[in-house]
Amino acid sequence: MTVPPRLRRALIRMRRDLAFVAAGVPLHLVPALLFWWAISLLTDTVNGVSSEAPVELIAPLTLLVIAGYGFTEAQRWRFRAICGVELPRLRFTEGKRQLGYNWLVGPLLGVLELLLLALLLTALVAALVLVWVWLVPPQWRRGHPGYTVPGAYLTVLGLVALAAVPGLAAGLVRLEILVGRAVLGVSRSEELARRVEDLTESRAGAVDAADAERRRIERDLHDGAQQRLVSLALNLGLAKATLTDLPPEAREVIDAAHREAKDAIEELNHLVRGLHPAVLDELGLDAALSGLAARAPLPVRLRVDLPAELPQRTAPAVEAVAYFVVSEALTNVAKHAREATRAEVTVTRLGEILRVVIADDGMGGADPAKGSGLKGLAQRVRSVDGTFRMSSPVGGPTMMSVELPCPM
Amino acid sequence: MIAEDSVLLRIGLVKVVEMAGFEVAAEAGDAQGLLAAVEEHRPDLAVVDVRMPPGFTDEGVRAALAIRQKWPGTAVLMLSQYVEERYAADLLATNTSGVGYLLKQRVADVEEFIEALRRVAVGGTALDPQVVAQLLVRRASDPLERLTAREREVLALMAEGRSNAGIAAQLVVSESAVAKHINNILAKLDLPKADADHRRVLAVLHFLGVGG
Repeated sequence: MTVPPRLRRALIRMRRDLAFVAAGVPLHLVPALLFWWAISLLTDTVNGVSSEAPVELIAPLTLLVIAGYGFTEAQRWRFRAICGVELPRLRFTEGKRQLGYNWLVGPLLGVLELLLLALLLTALVAALVLVWVWLVPPQWRRGHPGYTVPGAYLTVLGLVALAAVPGLAAGLVRLEILVGRAVLGVSRSEELARRVEDLTESRAGAVDAADAERRRIERDLHDGAQQRLVSLALNLGLAKATLTDLPPEAREVIDAAHREAKDAIEELNHLVRGLHPAVLDELGLDAALSGLAARAPLPVRLRVDLPAELPQRTAPAVEAVAYFVVSEALTNVAKHAREATRAEVTVTRLGEILRVVIADDGMGGADPAKGSGLKGLAQRVRSVDGTFRMSSPVGGPTMMSVELPCPM
Repeated sequence: MIAEDSVLLRIGLVKVVEMAGFEVAAEAGDAQGLLAAVEEHRPDLAVVDVRMPPGFTDEGVRAALAIRQKWPGTAVLMLSQYVEERYAADLLATNTSGVGYLLKQRVADVEEFIEALRRVAVGGTALDPQVVAQLLVRRASDPLERLTAREREVLALMAEGRSNAGIAAQLVVSESAVAKHINNILAKLDLPKADADHRRVLAVLHFLGVGG
């Protein structure tokens, strides 16, 4: 038997609505019962009817508080699993709304749900009256002649009621979603605030993950490719030193290979340092930056002022960004500011801010909007909520100032 | 005595060291093995990698410091992938004779490396030019700015542990010119005059703020 798709959809929908409504009954009414229990015990206490009432009162009250949270979670599950409606996870401090939903709105909805289910059941019974009536003892039928006419009316009424059930169920579900969203949902500004919080968290995670990945690559290169290259260069060097009676062509080839290997080591070293220098992890920003300054092709004066009494080292992600900023800036100075004769790098920690200033005496004219290197630099600074400022008038000098927050 | 965790490189190092006329008493793959081997063999020279298992951070440096303290007769030549000035400074702070700190890639220039090996083994100093450059950056204070570019170069080579003849060969100038530069430098930096090669390094390093 094939069911027309429209009917099938309607059936699936009805089944879903009814499941939602049915699941709602215990979830809405159990809190109400608890509530009622507590109220009755409370009145007993106030009236002094029973001496155990104050002690017993503890049970429903505890259940109310604990269940309040549990029921909200259960409701979230009901909305999500059955209807695909995502309600935000409420914090414990938002208990007022949870209690309001579970103790005030919930019971009313629970009554509506119960009524709907009762209607469904009655309608089913009524619609099938001519069927089940055959099950009752024959004496009864004989004792009630003419039952078929009211039976037929009942059947028609039942069918009409049954036909109304899907619409009513759908309406109730819509109402529930509306109420659920209004009471358990959050306002637009709250939602935005929450979203910002989530995004900040996930971005911090992404930054850390990228950082860890750089570190892993650095280690892999260091323990693998770099060692092999050094050993290759060493062997070529040995060949050069020991094979003295080679024809000049062979010598030249070995010479060239030796040079190439050394260049490759140098290049790889540069690459690895750009990724994440090991020395940054081991010895910190100060040592890593002095390595950068020493390798710069022009004299760099470096001043690092990190108070030693700080409770902890700057966060690794922030250190990595600071290192990257100085590395990029010095590369830029070497590459673009050809007229520059010297550069100055100053790193200071002011409370919760790490300030990095790089200045050179070149001809200026650097524009963050043009250079992709500068853009990448600004992006990486922003990734940890830092600020990036640059002053580079044509004619010089250029000064770059980066402030990175490092909350304690 | 060679301590290096990369097997390939260790084999190469053994070859070079033997070529330089040394006898390799033992090889080690980590810092503990190194210390045990030094204890057993008391070698003249230990070639030590900075980054070794298990932590792959500064095990080599710490081992080297321990060697310098316990067995001052053993010269130590550190090999590092990068310049790590603080490590070099740690090492030099104890005693500058019989100490070397070179980048791994210098090993590839076999002759120069052998020269450095010999220099360190007889109690001299061998510092990588990059280490020296880094130390110079660190202590870039006013007296250094009074030096001319040439004097700076000479100072760097001096700090590496080279003799006058070595510096002269490197810069392609006469030895007397080098001596003149050095006198100027020592005068400008207020360093006491000294005759032995490594005492001169000591003076320079002292000025740079690492030696003692």
